[in-house]
Amino acid sequence: MDEERRQSNSDARTREHTEDRASESPEARSREEADDRSAEPSGGDDELLQELVAYLRENRTKLREEWAQRISDAELLQVMSDEEIFSEATEVYDNYMDALETGSIENLQTYARELSERIIPRGVETDEVLGIVLLLRDALARSLFARYQEDLGLLNRILDSYEPAANRIAVTVGVSFVEERERVIHEQQEAIRELSTPVLQLRDRLLILPIIGVLDTSRARQLTEQLLGAIRDNRATVVVIDITGVATIDRTVANHLVQTVEASRLMGASTILTGLSPDIAQTLVDLGVDLSMMKTVADLQGGLEEAERLAGYRAAAASDTET
Amino acid sequence: MSVAILRQGDVLIASIQSDLSDTEVIELRQQLAELVGSYRLRGIVIDVGALDVIDSFVTRALRAIVLTARLRGAETIIVGIAPEVAIAMVQFRLNLDPLRVALDLDEALAMLDRRNQRGAEDGG
Amino acid sequence: MADEVRVRIDGDADLVTARAEGRAMAERLGFPRPDPTLIATAISEIARNIVMHAGRGEIILEPFEDANRYGIVVTAVDEGPGIRDVEAALRDDVSGRGGLGLGLPGARRLMDDFELESNAGTGTTVTMRKWRFRDELARLREERRRGA
Repeated sequence: MDEERRQSNSDARTREHTEDRASESPEARSREEADDRSAEPSGGDDELLQELVAYLRENRTKLREEWAQRISDAELLQVMSDEEIFSEATEVYDNYMDALETGSIENLQTYARELSERIIPRGVETDEVLGIVLLLRDALARSLFARYQEDLGLLNRILDSYEPAANRIAVTVGVSFVEERERVIHEQQEAIRELSTPVLQLRDRLLILPIIGVLDTSRARQLTEQLLGAIRDNRATVVVIDITGVATIDRTVANHLVQTVEASRLMGASTILTGLSPDIAQTLVDLGVDLSMMKTVADLQGGLEEAERLAGYRAAAASDTET
Repeated sequence: MSVAILRQGDVLIASIQSDLSDTEVIELRQQLAELVGSYRLRGIVIDVGALDVIDSFVTRALRAIVLTARLRGAETIIVGIAPEVAIAMVQFRLNLDPLRVALDLDEALAMLDRRNQRGAEDGG
Repeated sequence: MADEVRVRIDGDADLVTARAEGRAMAERLGFPRPDPTLIATAISEIARNIVMHAGRGEIILEPFEDANRYGIVVTAVDEGPGIRDVEAALRDDVSGRGGLGLGLPGARRLMDDFELESNAGTGTTVTMRKWRFRDELARLREERRRGA
């Protein structure tokens, strides 16, 4: 991810509390002197941003309270206790301020990922994470309205600084959360995949591969490898592939299945495909998938009987088209 | 030597030991043709287990061997195709008629015995 | 380039080397099975064309990567007579024996990207690529990018 670094004054500025500003530049000192509503800071957007960040930091306790109240009213994060929400809220707030001030989202990203890692197993949903970030944005914006309402021109300029930065923060947190969630899901899928394509030896030289669930290209690839390895290791002559548990397949996967059957043939095993639903059968026909190379039997039981018959004495040919 | 050929009664067993250059493939084809001509054989088993790649050239040569042997009444069976090689051959869409395949040597010999017992030629 | 491997093709014995080098690089780059075999097979086909039709040439193997993927680029270069009818050479015959017997359609099926440049009289360059996504997340990102 790219970082935006505000090259000018902000790098040099410290992020101390308002009390320490006496040691800073003339501009900063004049801001300190004019810490009332009618003061108009000189300079550009950068200084405005620094000013509003300083204000938001100063009112951190109050604003964090308001934010927590909004979260509670919106009934978000119900899986978390009040102490947890308080602790995370403080961290989010501080990270938010840092990101606003420096323009760098790197620390925020790191924090968002870590936060996601913590809360995803707790069952926190995407809408909640986006929701609380937006509620914080709103709470902060409201306090800016309140502070600068006397001067609409200034308020507009303040918002011009605040809004893009705040939106960027919301996007960053949201995206980090979603990515972390996807990573977890795929980790889980991988684990399930490994467990759910077992190749079983039913009898001597007879293997069965029951496929359950979603069949996509990457799973089909894994399946092929497992099956061919099992054919070699078990010296199988007949394989039953049962797809009773598969709801739909697309052209790519269908072709992959056919290729698996052909590759099995090159290793001396013939294949029986069982459990084709009428839907899948129709799909295969519509796709023009060449089924002449394999036997299909409607139900598993019939397929197993056929397999046993074949395993008895039949030999496989490389391009056998026996029916 | 890149191919070890031994005769077991009326069956020839050719064991490829390493990846073959095209010249060596042609030599193998010629050698087998000679042997099939010299002896009365009922079968040839070619073990391609050591071949990491079976491309169009090797496939054509194997096909030629099968047809030559058949003219002399011998059936050729290819054994030892590894899983990855099988996938490559299938994805390449190599024409595999009229190759006969078995998993390994034992399977191939059993296959030849069955054919012998049946005494008739298999269709396909 | 640091990781590049070049194999001179002067005769059919060099095909053995080209296959072995292709497989070795693919395995080194982390390609899972059966990709190294697919890559080596495709290399075998295009390297043979060099021997058969140009007499000599070169196979260049290079790794490549981008944000979401890692892969290998295989380039076969010769200064032979060239292919007059490129379209016919790449055509997929229904019987499976098409492509002027050059094995190009088959090689193309084994790889992900395939480019052929040939001019009668000046030579032929075949460039093929095979790649994989680094992980599931990278694949999703790429799919989204393409779909959008």
